[in-house]
Amino acid sequence: MIQALWLPGPLLLTQLAAAAIASLLVLAVLGVFLARHPLGSRFVYGACALVCAALAGLALLALLDPSPTPSQIRLAVGLPLGQTLLALDALSAAFAVIVNVTSAIVSVGAIGYGAHARDPQRVVPFYPAFIAGMNLVLLAQDAFSFLVGWEFMSLASWALVVSEDRSEGNRYAGLVYVIMAAAGALTLLFAFGILAGTDGGYSFAEMRQSAAFGPAALVLVLALIGAGSKAGLVPLHAWLPLAHPAAPSHVSALMSGVMTKVAVYGFMRIVFDLAGPPSWWWSVPVLVVAGVTAFLGVLHALMEHDLKRLLAYHTVENIGIIFIGLGLALAFEASGMGAAAALALVAAVFHVFNHSLFKSLLFLGSGAILNATGERDMEHLGGLIHRMPVTAVTFLVGCVAISALPPFNGFVSEWLTFQAILLSPELPQWIPRLLVPAIGATLACSAALAAACFVKAFGSTFLGRPRSQVAIAARETDLWLRSAMVAFASLCLLAGVLPGWVMDALRGVSDVLVGARLDSQAAQPWLKVAPISADRGAYGGLLVFAMIAIAAAATALIARRVASHALRRAPAWDCGFPDPSPATQYTSGSFAQPIRRVFGSLVFRAREHVEMPKPGAAGAARLRVDMHDTVWELFYAPVIRLVDVLAGHLTKLQFLTIRKYLMLVFATLILLLIIIGTWR
Amino acid sequence: MIRDWLTQLVQLAAVLVLAPLLTGVTRKVKARLLRRRGPPLLQPYRDLLKLIRKETVVAENASWLFRSAPYVIFATTWVAAALIPTFATGLTFSAGADLIVIVGLLGTARFFLALAGLDVGTSFGGIGSSREMMFASLAEPAMLMVVFTVSLFAGSTQLSTISAYMLGPQMGLSISLALAIVALIIVSLAENARIPVDNPATHLELTMVHEAMILEYSGRHLAVIEAAASLKLLLYMSLIACMFAPWGTAVAGGGAAAYSIGLVAYAIKLAVGGFLLVVFETATAKMRVFRVPEFLGVALMLGLLGAMLLFVSRVSQ
Amino acid sequence: MWKTLRQIGSVGVVTETPPQLDEQLRVREHLQAQILGTLGRALCIRHIDAGSCNGCELEIHALNNAFYNLEGLGIRFVASPRHADLLLVTGPVARNMELALKRTYDATPDPKLVVAIGDCGCTGGIFGRSYASAGSVANVIPVNVAVPGCPPHPKRILAGILTAITAAATRSSDP
Repeated sequence: MIQALWLPGPLLLTQLAAAAIASLLVLAVLGVFLARHPLGSRFVYGACALVCAALAGLALLALLDPSPTPSQIRLAVGLPLGQTLLALDALSAAFAVIVNVTSAIVSVGAIGYGAHARDPQRVVPFYPAFIAGMNLVLLAQDAFSFLVGWEFMSLASWALVVSEDRSEGNRYAGLVYVIMAAAGALTLLFAFGILAGTDGGYSFAEMRQSAAFGPAALVLVLALIGAGSKAGLVPLHAWLPLAHPAAPSHVSALMSGVMTKVAVYGFMRIVFDLAGPPSWWWSVPVLVVAGVTAFLGVLHALMEHDLKRLLAYHTVENIGIIFIGLGLALAFEASGMGAAAALALVAAVFHVFNHSLFKSLLFLGSGAILNATGERDMEHLGGLIHRMPVTAVTFLVGCVAISALPPFNGFVSEWLTFQAILLSPELPQWIPRLLVPAIGATLACSAALAAACFVKAFGSTFLGRPRSQVAIAARETDLWLRSAMVAFASLCLLAGVLPGWVMDALRGVSDVLVGARLDSQAAQPWLKVAPISADRGAYGGLLVFAMIAIAAAATALIARRVASHALRRAPAWDCGFPDPSPATQYTSGSFAQPIRRVFGSLVFRAREHVEMPKPGAAGAARLRVDMHDTVWELFYAPVIRLVDVLAGHLTKLQFLTIRKYLMLVFATLILLLIIIGTWR
Repeated sequence: MIRDWLTQLVQLAAVLVLAPLLTGVTRKVKARLLRRRGPPLLQPYRDLLKLIRKETVVAENASWLFRSAPYVIFATTWVAAALIPTFATGLTFSAGADLIVIVGLLGTARFFLALAGLDVGTSFGGIGSSREMMFASLAEPAMLMVVFTVSLFAGSTQLSTISAYMLGPQMGLSISLALAIVALIIVSLAENARIPVDNPATHLELTMVHEAMILEYSGRHLAVIEAAASLKLLLYMSLIACMFAPWGTAVAGGGAAAYSIGLVAYAIKLAVGGFLLVVFETATAKMRVFRVPEFLGVALMLGLLGAMLLFVSRVSQ
Repeated sequence: MWKTLRQIGSVGVVTETPPQLDEQLRVREHLQAQILGTLGRALCIRHIDAGSCNGCELEIHALNNAFYNLEGLGIRFVASPRHADLLLVTGPVARNMELALKRTYDATPDPKLVVAIGDCGCTGGIFGRSYASAGSVANVIPVNVAVPGCPPHPKRILAGILTAITAAATRSSDP
């Protein structure tokens, strides 16, 4: 930790951060005028990248600063009788680092990618506004600015989702998104209202002191609904696979990689910080919802053949994994097991960091593919590893990292979560004790299914033979997008190989939230992490990476030395008869078929129907797969029908006579007078 | 310190050298059970030597992934095998890598093998890859449940600690361990492509899983992959021996006599394991592909039950 | 299962001794003795049915039983020509299989050997060279050993395979 005298103090850090947010808003306004100019959008994205990098640096300094109390700054704008409070405490700083590092690198990629947008004036002004909204949520220390930032973030991202509104699907996605975002914000408003309590103070400091207006459990439920719908917890995830693919790819990277993390921040802030000490049973709904989310998310992803929808559903799964960590932290905190709670929290936040890195990488990769081929459908791609080499390598790194495989970073957060699960037999209550191994099994199953999903994704898109003309004609993307992807891939490797640095940086977070730190981490050398104690379990990322690299190099060298050097290129082995078309190779649908048969027949009621033509008829046979989105049919469709029915009844109000309207007004007045009269 | 490094290096070499011998022993015993004289014990070494002297034929549209995947698969499997205490505990590298890392490394090997199967773009590779990943989606969670059960007993995920705990006096018979060993045996059969999950000697592509992914490989690439496959079999047998039959393993710091006893004990355990595997294979038939998820589901349920029993039976403080 | 295990225990090993080599079967030798030595102790065979009536296949199938026990000699059958060292071809090479046979030969890595089995494979048998078949296997790919017979006894097939992987006692000196 560098402690030089010329570094800014905590107050100055917060002021600079606020100034950076303001400059993002200025960029947004500038973007309105500059977007149409060819270099204007590049300038805006580049400036965004610089501001985000500065914000990330400021947040990193705030995170590593050992001073316990953050300083707040007050702004004159705000509620009529209140003020806007901004500060960078450990939790805000950790998430601000994650958000801004990812945004900075995505903005660098957008310098190249944004030039391909058809209507840049619909995208460029809202992009800095989106980032500004997210940062405002992170810095807010009172409910008003938090909610303003939240809504601003939602509206800016909605504008970005409907930026390509020529297609019906995108408009529908925008509609679903804005409805669910509004509902989520409303529940958060209620949650803050309850937390404000009888004193009515809206700043977070006041909320921590005062008694809540209702049961704290209600706050948990409201936070789970409000923040969870923005994060993508089942069953409130339906907007995610519609909205994320509809947005331009660099925006999808931000929405999946960063905005969902801001929602996780919101949940953590409300439940861990403001709602007071948790009860033991709080972890149960969180764990159950998280487990179901993880499992359903990855199964949906396996059934998809649109690359961006696959990635969006996969975000749902990873949010489930993050909330599993949070649920474990709640259980440990309620039982007073501080060190275990700190471990679970660090595992969850580490996974937040990892996911923002590799999901953004994968979305940028899909953007590169979309640019090069105009296709998102994996059934029309293939063989891109020869035509887009850099994209292929970075996408492969993303796939290996997201499948939680050593030596990359996804494995480290999964390892930490498993270590936290192994501590849970110490919990005193038997319901969490029974639930946690089941959740552990679900987590392990989801991880294995995720690996299958990304073998499918990488294999169908990059390997094999090209399935269409556009795949044959693909070319590598521009330098900006490539550098952004390489930056993400390097960070994935670094976080996997040197996890100790990340865990040390995150120690302050657990201190703020559960009041305990992972002490043993600081005592170990940077070679390995041993969260509880060295003989309980340790992971040396650098060691594993070095071992694999040396073993592979040694094998290759010995093979070169001892083995025959003869190598000949020949046609692929196709049983002797030349393969007529690339349609004979495995598609993404056929790859997923065994898993669809094993899991999908239960979860999606997946059935295969074969329609054979009559003997003598010359038509083709057809294979049709019927799948049902169970969550949509059980949950959303009845609600939509109910709203329709109610709206139908309410329509009658539009056609009343003048006398009936006057009666209604009169009756409402009487009712309000009665209420005011009997209130006190 | 020096002793630990030496043990680790000997272990690295030993697993590499012993793996083809284990395959040779299993083939010989299987042949005897089928009333024939089997190939010589050193036959797998001859197979590997012949393969590395052959020409390597690569498909025209194969990529760099196809050519480098064998080395990645071999390296990850070798590193995983080197982490398991075979004749002695106290390996240097196990201070930084535990059971979960071993499962993860095997996952990496499988990931790259599946990608290599998809690389050339024929349907055979696709069959192998998709079936392999489907089996893995059930076998890996079952394996992790076994890891949880054993780690909860020993209070650690480090294999040296687990092995020492199993050797120690506080270990008794336990239902959870019995469930865990059954689950681990089922997972080992699935992961090593043995009957009843996959027939390693089949020639029908529709019945292949592991073999289908390597149909395009030849020459030195095939030699490396075959070596990795036999190393994986040795890994799983060593894992079962280390966790459930650790008798005779030298504890770190023992003298030369203890290490020799450890080596002999390990050889005996491998021989017994190979024999039991072959007897089971000869007595059973291969399952239909879509019966295997039920088989692996049994392993997952047993592992989960074992872990839950442990969770529930812990006395709360 | 117990019945099987009891039966295994009661009957002993039934493998017979392998046959002698037969230089009469050799057609051409193009590999050095050293390479043949490496191949010969770990041979992988890929069988190709180039239009045969399956009579030879039944005899080849018999090679895998406990009596002739090909595996005991270090020889096994493999599924892909990329894994193979020796191609065992039966049938008079129907025209529809001609291209497939050539592509299989090209797919096999060097060093490789070819053994033609049966009268059809050696000389075209009763089909000969016509619009429907190419005649002998040697008309399509170079052959090392040809084993005549309709079908040949498994011992003859085994002698042919062993001859192919053994260097000739005398180098090519006779006209």
